[in-house]
Amino acid sequence: MEKFTDFTGVVCPLDRANVDTDAIIPKQFLKSIQRTGFGPNLFDEWRYLDRGEPGQDNSGRPLNPDFVLNDPRYTGASILLTRENFGCGSSREHAPWALADYGLRVLIAPSFADIFFNNCFKNGLLPIVLPAEVVDRLFAASGGPAALRIAVDLPNQILTPSVGAPIPFEVDPFRKHCLIEGLDDIGLTLQHLDAIRAYESRRRVEAPWLFS
Amino acid sequence: MAARTLYDKLWDEHLVREDENGTALLYIDRQLVHEVTSPQAFEGLRLHGRRPWRPEANLAVPDHNVPTLNRRLGIADPVSRIQVETLEANCAEFGITYFGMDDRRQGIVHIVGPEEGFTLPGMTLVCGDSHTSTHGAFGALAFGVGTSEVEHVLATQCLIQRKSRAMLVSVDGELGRGVTAKDLVLAIIGAIGTAGGTGYVIEFGGDAIHSLSMEGRMTVCNMTIEAGARAGLIAVDETTIDYLRGRPFAPTGALFEQGAAHWRTLKSDEGASFDRVVRIAAAEIQPQVTWGTSPEMVVPVGARVPDPAAEADPVKAAGMRRALDYMGLKPGTPITEIRPDKVFIGSCTNARIEDLRAAAEVVKGRRVADGIKLAMVVPGSGLVKEQAEAEGLDRVFLEAGFEWREAGCSMCLAMNADRLEPGERCASTSNRNFEGRQGQGGRSHLVSPAMAAAAAVTGHFVDVRGL
Repeated sequence: MEKFTDFTGVVCPLDRANVDTDAIIPKQFLKSIQRTGFGPNLFDEWRYLDRGEPGQDNSGRPLNPDFVLNDPRYTGASILLTRENFGCGSSREHAPWALADYGLRVLIAPSFADIFFNNCFKNGLLPIVLPAEVVDRLFAASGGPAALRIAVDLPNQILTPSVGAPIPFEVDPFRKHCLIEGLDDIGLTLQHLDAIRAYESRRRVEAPWLFS
Repeated sequence: MAARTLYDKLWDEHLVREDENGTALLYIDRQLVHEVTSPQAFEGLRLHGRRPWRPEANLAVPDHNVPTLNRRLGIADPVSRIQVETLEANCAEFGITYFGMDDRRQGIVHIVGPEEGFTLPGMTLVCGDSHTSTHGAFGALAFGVGTSEVEHVLATQCLIQRKSRAMLVSVDGELGRGVTAKDLVLAIIGAIGTAGGTGYVIEFGGDAIHSLSMEGRMTVCNMTIEAGARAGLIAVDETTIDYLRGRPFAPTGALFEQGAAHWRTLKSDEGASFDRVVRIAAAEIQPQVTWGTSPEMVVPVGARVPDPAAEADPVKAAGMRRALDYMGLKPGTPITEIRPDKVFIGSCTNARIEDLRAAAEVVKGRRVADGIKLAMVVPGSGLVKEQAEAEGLDRVFLEAGFEWREAGCSMCLAMNADRLEPGERCASTSNRNFEGRQGQGGRSHLVSPAMAAAAAVTGHFVDVRGL
């Protein structure tokens, strides 16, 4: 995984609650056996006016002018601001793959669905939970003629918006460490080979039916 | 030792190590694998030159992409076909047991695992699929993971986890006649909301839960994820143990009895403390129908479509307006005046033998109503299909005008050819009514198998208890 470095990015405000992973990346794109290339189909059903199919050229498809990602103010957005329970539904990692492939690096919401939240960290995406009233304020600040920009400082856990006061945020220390160092979970776990083997030996005696 | 919840016990038994900030390495006993969320995981193993830690701890079956008609002709969609062929090739390369499309045991992973006795009490079990929560019905800690974690489990038989909080949902008393496990879980989701369980593992308890068959318990745990919780749990009792006896992957003889003695301890201790307790009176639950695009948008069949104007929370009201617009419904419409175009009986929520029996009981001696374009039954596995055919259920459905299909996920998520067309309305026994879930522009109403059957034969939603 690439290291997560500090950056300043444009905020795209997606003002909907309960955005599910079927909306983030519709099922027909899950047939791919690759990890990349999902960005053009992020939010496909909301973003385009026609029906998307895997493998097609997306550059000529009719865009939905009412969908916020198509608003010229938010071109090149790397921060998605949204409402509660973002990423609910299926466990498809294609959802964070699509968000990251599009160029998003930080997601801000009052809450995220558990599986999705966890999947983000495996793909260099930082999901940040902020209180609903702070999210409300950011929505208010992001709807103006010029896009809101936020500077993201992960080591110090501070968001600095182009308008308003700096906002501190929480992040699990282990996940933060993995993002900053770009660490691979499997590599970390394999450092504990002996502990896994010892556990297995004990369990083969205690619970032999699990190994039959 | 302090009183522990069932979740505490399962967690403690699987803890390989834990560091000072609470990050734990949890041992995973078994993994179910399907074609959609595994190709990139196997590719990851190959890229790093890794082999599965314990190949025999995995069981693979294609389900999402498989056709439910003319199976002998193979998969027409080349992209779907490559995904299924990739799973087969990966299983051969890495030595993983694979039930192919022509195997009578093939079906939806969450139907196949329990049916084969691959799922056992006291296990940790994962799958790259959110409905892995289903297996919690056996007192197993079972949850969905993403593809990176599928690879992690293949490579190490472990996952890096933090412990969740514990919630008890106690359903006290008895369910009324004609009220099923599906109505029960939809009512729970309606009560706590789709984010109500976020950050929790939910244990379901109370008389109404323990009166359910294993099939009913699986339906409840299956939809725990729709309440926001990754895992649902039900304590082991004799119903659990009786279900497992003689299943192909279950232990046999003395080993089974040794296991069963341990499994009987898999319940929360008296006085164990939960971070949240929700009590629900079973007798008050009516047959449920969803009206919107989130499973929490649910009402009893005798109710009307709710009015966003009566909702105080502006974010919620906006969500309701969007949902009504998408669903083509007006506030105040009686649920019983809503007329589906299609009826789908299937999915990992409701495609077990008991579900098919409940639907057939309603259908028997009746005909699919004129306004219904398609009514289909998709058994959860080849073995469920065989059992249903042995009981003559296929004839009941076929004589009434239903289609009787081969096993798979089918129109629950429409990755194969079974889907809704834009604007079509469906009475569905599946688990998600999200926008586009059953086909772009499709409108899903989630119901129990009996309620879906009742809608099929009357042409509109109706209280099955009055038929």
